Amino acid sequence: MNRSRIGSGEDVVRKRINREPLPLLALGLPWVSIIMGSMASFSPLIASAPILPPIAYMMLLGWRMMRPGMLPVWAGLPLGFVDDLYSGQPFGSGILLWSISMLAMEVIDERYLWRGFAQDWIAGSVLITAYLVLCAVLAGFATGFPLPFVIVPQVVMSIMLFPVIAGSIALLDRVRLLPLKRL
Amino acid sequence: MARSQDRRPGNSRRAQYGIFTGYVFALLGVVAGVVVLAVSLIDPDAFAFARSSAAEVARPMGQAGAKGRATSQGVFGAIGAYFNAGQQNAALRQEVDAARANAVSMQSLQDENRRLKALLGIVDPARKPVATVHLIGSTASSTRRFAVIDAGGNQGVRPGFPVRAASGLIGRVIEVGPDTARVLLVTDPENVVPVRRARDGLAAFVQGASNGRIDIRLINMGVNPVKKGDVFVTSGSGGLYPPGIPVAVATDPHRDGAIGHLAADPANNEFVIVEQSYQAQAAAQLQQIAKDGAGAAAETP
Repeated sequence: MNRSRIGSGEDVVRKRINREPLPLLALGLPWVSIIMGSMASFSPLIASAPILPPIAYMMLLGWRMMRPGMLPVWAGLPLGFVDDLYSGQPFGSGILLWSISMLAMEVIDERYLWRGFAQDWIAGSVLITAYLVLCAVLAGFATGFPLPFVIVPQVVMSIMLFPVIAGSIALLDRVRLLPLKRL
Repeated sequence: MARSQDRRPGNSRRAQYGIFTGYVFALLGVVAGVVVLAVSLIDPDAFAFARSSAAEVARPMGQAGAKGRATSQGVFGAIGAYFNAGQQNAALRQEVDAARANAVSMQSLQDENRRLKALLGIVDPARKPVATVHLIGSTASSTRRFAVIDAGGNQGVRPGFPVRAASGLIGRVIEVGPDTARVLLVTDPENVVPVRRARDGLAAFVQGASNGRIDIRLINMGVNPVKKGDVFVTSGSGGLYPPGIPVAVATDPHRDGAIGHLAADPANNEFVIVEQSYQAQAAAQLQQIAKDGAGAAAETP
């Protein structure tokens, strides 16, 4: 397992000569955590309004910002597909919007080379707002009855919650790189 | 944050091709998304099989969640009640008055019903529920309002069957898997339910507004006779929902109808009942009457 494949995360764990992160955990945890985020709709909450922020999408952005280049550019295709299975949106909206988001993140990376968390938060807010609006538009196509103002509380809550998601991604990243494998 | 190492592959052809292929796949993802989206907008049931198998996978998780829901919501409910106790008190007092008035009219209706039934000699066929189920999931972050129940084709659930709680209508089944089914909630804008006012049979229909409220619209335009607190029940027209299930209580009358709240909030109901679609029930009832009628006709001469 070379450095480039699992990201440059050696700085967060104690260096020991004969230990290394588990490859399965180091590579799989981002995918599994995003899929679990998609399945969060099977939570004990049965909502009669869109109140839950798009957790899986926010986790995708969080991982993408935490470790650029770890999730491949095409990750939006399979992960968006899984999200479509659970989200209730018209099928394909996840595949489309998540793929576009990954490409948009590439553009943001190219444009703004040096940035801190505040800039990441702004970029995340713009992407989340656009994502939720487009989701509502696509759902409006499906029902033939657009409801543009329903998502306002959801947008506000998602933007407020973005640092929390980013923090939990950072926590998961430490778990990901725990030196569990003995060489 | 500096640009990541992977974006600068240097002279390695292999790494350059790798990055290029990644972009090609990402663009393919966009194209695939557009195609799949177009298909599913034209035919919403096209990917039902994928959704229902995904729901089957998540079923144990949802069931565990459904068990914990009653307790967690009790806690939140208690905290919420503390904050709006005064307002709630006034609202409850109003509601009690309305309920008392309703109870009186209900009594007279029941009496009338009993007399008429006795007159006609109709035996009320027991409306046997198809299944009593848990709500195990809902689309909490989408504008579409779906829920998933933990019974499906194996338990006799079919698309079109109405789902109700003790206090009112929840929605109708639209997709069925082996052990799960997807329910279109009353709050989804696609779900239009024909209703009548419980008091006098004023015809209307309700449509979900996706925000937990529903829109009650009168069929006959003109002076709006809807008052705050009016209860609307299913009218049975259209043949999907059996008549007489409470759907909404009007809270905010406007020019051509009212905004109402749900008679049965799916969040508050641990168990819901799947019934046969009304058309099937009515057909069975007619057959029964025809059989009885034939028997009676055979006996009389």
